[in-house]
Amino acid sequence: MGEMLKIENIRKVFNAGTINEKVALDGVNLTLEEGEFVTVIGGNGAGKSTTLNAVAGVWPVDSGKIYIGGDDVTKLSEYKRAKYLGRVFQDPMTGTATTMSIEENMAIAARRGRSRGLSWGITKQERDKYREMLATLNLGLEDRLTSKVGLLSGGQRQAITLLMASIQKPRLLLLDEHTAALDPKTAAKVLEISDKIIAENHLTAMMVTHNMKDAIAHGNRLIMMHEGKIVLNIAGEDKKKLTVSDLLTQFEKVSGEEFASDKALLS
Amino acid sequence: MLLSGYFSALDPLALFRAMPGSIAQGLIWGLLALGVYITYKLLDFADLSVDGSFATGGAVAVMMIRGDMNPWVSLLLAFGVGMLAGLVTGLLHTKLGIPSILAGILTQIALYSVNLNIMGQSNQAVSVDKYNLTVSLRYVSGETADKIKVFTTCILFCVVVVAILYWYFGTEQGHAIRATGCNERMARAQGINTDFCKVLALMLSNGLVGLSGGLYAQYQGAADVNMGRGAIVIGLASVIIGEVLFGKLCAGKKLAFAYTLFSVIAGAILYYLVLSVILWLKFPSDDLKLFSAIVVAVFLAIPYLKNKKKSTRGL
Repeated sequence: MGEMLKIENIRKVFNAGTINEKVALDGVNLTLEEGEFVTVIGGNGAGKSTTLNAVAGVWPVDSGKIYIGGDDVTKLSEYKRAKYLGRVFQDPMTGTATTMSIEENMAIAARRGRSRGLSWGITKQERDKYREMLATLNLGLEDRLTSKVGLLSGGQRQAITLLMASIQKPRLLLLDEHTAALDPKTAAKVLEISDKIIAENHLTAMMVTHNMKDAIAHGNRLIMMHEGKIVLNIAGEDKKKLTVSDLLTQFEKVSGEEFASDKALLS
Repeated sequence: MLLSGYFSALDPLALFRAMPGSIAQGLIWGLLALGVYITYKLLDFADLSVDGSFATGGAVAVMMIRGDMNPWVSLLLAFGVGMLAGLVTGLLHTKLGIPSILAGILTQIALYSVNLNIMGQSNQAVSVDKYNLTVSLRYVSGETADKIKVFTTCILFCVVVVAILYWYFGTEQGHAIRATGCNERMARAQGINTDFCKVLALMLSNGLVGLSGGLYAQYQGAADVNMGRGAIVIGLASVIIGEVLFGKLCAGKKLAFAYTLFSVIAGAILYYLVLSVILWLKFPSDDLKLFSAIVVAVFLAIPYLKNKKKSTRGL
């Protein structure tokens, strides 16, 4: 068991020096051991998604260090870091190439982190493997390998993006509110698939969610963010005993605000 | 009375005689249209360098042939300089952050001077009597053997290029380019170097445009610094005509992508056939570019207006 993710004191300020200046990350420290599945909660603008984007390298951080599986990735560009990461986004449109077929999307994901040359973009053996993987989703997608992803529903796309994220075992899986755009039933199904994929592949994962119940029910660790900082960290037995009202009390304590305005309460 | 005079002045045979030339032109411009297809459709990048690189391909081919280079080899060079033009546009866009349209315009303008320098003047002729050209307008109206030669050459180029593109966009690299054009965030999340893919696609596209320019200069017996003016519009017209007329036929087929590429060439041929009909109808040739622009605008507007109609009905 080693450290899969180590974030050291990262800071990120957006629009520095302007009237819109926003301190998005204000010294975030976090270490994830191999196999940890942490759920991340917090109000709007707390820095949850920003933290995931910093780890993914969407933009460089202003200061601090990021290590993935012991490798310093702080200076690596987004596409170079991708070999360590599996990512699923909030918007189901973001994770897939809609004008390409299901099998082509999966084949692209299977080559994450490898150089892409002039051999065929997809082979016969791969097709059979993808068909089997799709069958495990129970969404009837195994017969639609050559369908354009653009024809699929949001839930189906998120399920495929999850498969794509795990097709090459990543050191870290980043789920950025990946069920927020789905209806409750589909969201539950996608969460179930997420749990299954994480468990079967023994993945280390971070899941941002707005839904406190989901944050409690999934994963083996929970962190709460507020104003660009991690303000709460609960793991092990403590997390299992956690309730939504505990979390709300904790939130009010650390932030001095009521959580009521946030849609988290509604769920 | 006026109308009957107009109609009696039209000679159906003249239209018939113009057809082979239009088809040959369509095949040659079809290569340019394939280049435009790569940037406009696959990469989602409206690349205006095309107007410059088409003339550069023509200028290089003509000057090399005049220097006694084999016309076939000169076409390879035309392809090569086209790729260089694409490289410049690509680097302007990816490394210097210049918006795609502007990057293309800058290359296009720069190439105007480059082309003048290559030729030393605004145009240079290459006579079919003096050199053994790969294609020529003369062959089209010449003896049967010449006719066969010019059409075989044009068709051969189209088939070979379509075959290569079909293969290439099925490779890992081709997939990466398509993903980059479709969804950059997804591409980067899957470890694709999107900047590299854009440069690569622009090079391939402009290489084809240069090749098309090299062939066209031989076909018309001269390269001219203005020969590429409006080339992007003709390329777009071909892509869009092909898509609107044959799009449904191509979709879902086993070799759908190959059919789509051929439909782009068919679009170019149709464009030139329609053009010859319009010229035959005594439409003033000064207004041809206006006509091209209208064709492109109409065909671009059709899908948009159709969607708009559908969505308002939905509400």
